[in-house]
Amino acid sequence: MSASNRLHDIHPGPTRTTRWVIVGVIGALFLIPIVAMIEFTLRKGLGGGYDFSRWAAVFGGQLTGEYKPIFTGLGNSLILAVATVAVMLVLLVPTMVLVRIRFPQLQRVLEFVCLLPITIPAIVIVVGLAPVYSVIARMFGSGVWTLAFAYGVIVLPYAYRSIQTNLAAVDVVTLSEAARSLGAGWPTILLRIVVPNIRRGLLAASFISVAVVLGEYTIAALLNRVNLQTSLVIVSKADPFVSIIFALLALVFAFVLLLAIGRIGRSPRQKASS
Amino acid sequence: MADTLTPTTSARAVAPAADAAAPARSGTATLSRGARLRAGIRSLGSTGALGLVPFAAYILLFLALPTAIALFTGLVDGDGAFTWSNLAALGDPVVLNTFGNSLWISALTAVIGAVVGALFCYALIGAKPTGALRSVVDAASGVLAQFGGVMLAFAFVATIGIQGMVTVYLRDTFGVDIFADGVWLYEAPGLILPYIYFQVPLMIITFSPALESLKPQWAEATAMLGGSRLSYWRHVGLPVLAPSFAGCLLLLFANAFSSFATAAALTSQGSQIVPLQIRAALTSETVLGRENLAGALALGMIVVMTLVMALYSVLMRRAARWQR
Repeated sequence: MSASNRLHDIHPGPTRTTRWVIVGVIGALFLIPIVAMIEFTLRKGLGGGYDFSRWAAVFGGQLTGEYKPIFTGLGNSLILAVATVAVMLVLLVPTMVLVRIRFPQLQRVLEFVCLLPITIPAIVIVVGLAPVYSVIARMFGSGVWTLAFAYGVIVLPYAYRSIQTNLAAVDVVTLSEAARSLGAGWPTILLRIVVPNIRRGLLAASFISVAVVLGEYTIAALLNRVNLQTSLVIVSKADPFVSIIFALLALVFAFVLLLAIGRIGRSPRQKASS
Repeated sequence: MADTLTPTTSARAVAPAADAAAPARSGTATLSRGARLRAGIRSLGSTGALGLVPFAAYILLFLALPTAIALFTGLVDGDGAFTWSNLAALGDPVVLNTFGNSLWISALTAVIGAVVGALFCYALIGAKPTGALRSVVDAASGVLAQFGGVMLAFAFVATIGIQGMVTVYLRDTFGVDIFADGVWLYEAPGLILPYIYFQVPLMIITFSPALESLKPQWAEATAMLGGSRLSYWRHVGLPVLAPSFAGCLLLLFANAFSSFATAAALTSQGSQIVPLQIRAALTSETVLGRENLAGALALGMIVVMTLVMALYSVLMRRAARWQR
């Protein structure tokens, strides 16, 4: 510990004061819009002053009629979140494990494909998705859950990174060979050996997928589907206040989800160092 | 708990087979225990190749096909015959102006976002990785960078809209009318502040791993040679970080360039940036009296994005040199 005292002098990082000044100033600037949203929802009409009547209306279940789209949208977004996580877990995870164990030479290709949606803007994919979805509507009907196929692509880069970090840290090849030598088949290896070992990565990938799906607007809007974000935009034209309340709630929800991801990701390292 | 499932004794005994399982060496198989295991793994592999089919089919259907259709429609006319004429629309003054708007807004917000974000990353050096500050910053950055969209439009209407908190405060307290020359929030310049608001968090997410790769030994070495903190940054820190910084800058540019939701929720009229013009082209069949304009615009966007991301991967490969 005496060494760290000496090294403190040459530490290239900021001093305590510098750090808190930078964090404080930038943090405060970034809080302004959030505070403004809260202030906006508390306004008491044109007369001035503040009250909680709008929040009371939202939580008291007094929203009917024109606010109905929000609840439809919220319900749809929750269905889509579950369906997207299912698509991601069923299609991406076995492929990643298989590539890791059996086809390591395909690792770079898989990574390239999974990160591709960053390069191809959602607005471009939508142009080509419209014809694809007219076929899907004929096959599966036009249920809102079908949008999960498109969302599975959107969440690919985030989900891939979360899982890959975890997968790389586990010696899956040796584990699978050990299981194999004890007579395990492929489903057993995947479900009982690999999945329990990478469940942190899977959980983080699922959470980030949920957050991305709840915030998605582009694809739903242009394919004329109703989700949380499109319904908020529609309702905001008539009543901006309630839309902002829901936007704030969604924001807090996403923040808690991501905070949880951080905790999930960190706990093993904490254990290892103690 | 499952973490304790790391190689047991039996697993270690067969560990050499892990190396041998590498396909390149499978030709030299002997009838050892390892070879039998390898054969076992390979039989797993014959069905294994089939296991790649669902994901491949999914990617083809929902990523490759839509992208191909989008680009293809840019190259055909209303009857499906090949034509370059849609691409001529990219030379239309209106379209050029839109691309110009998209480019300068993306560039400006990327530069500001990168500088402010890098400064924030610098402030985080030495903060405990498991501490409350890092946890909150990581989660908040994730939310603002990836979740934003529509919410950001609302936030800025509430902040600097005509009745926004800051607008009203500046007007009533200082007599400053930020909209003295007309309301610019719903025009192209109105996108700048909301875009910076999601660019800075994205910079924090993408740039902080680069800062973590700065080895403490380098600082020690600099100090040992009599260097100061300033000389450390001038001769070691900044040169090492430069490729990462440039790469992140490009990623921010790409991020702003492809962003749609904030602009869509904020601007109700006109198509100031390319994604909005694509929407206009999709919803009303004839913009500028041209068919399939959406496809042509999509093609233009892909060209820009491909250039930017190719440069990004080159820079990132260079940056990776120091992250070993």
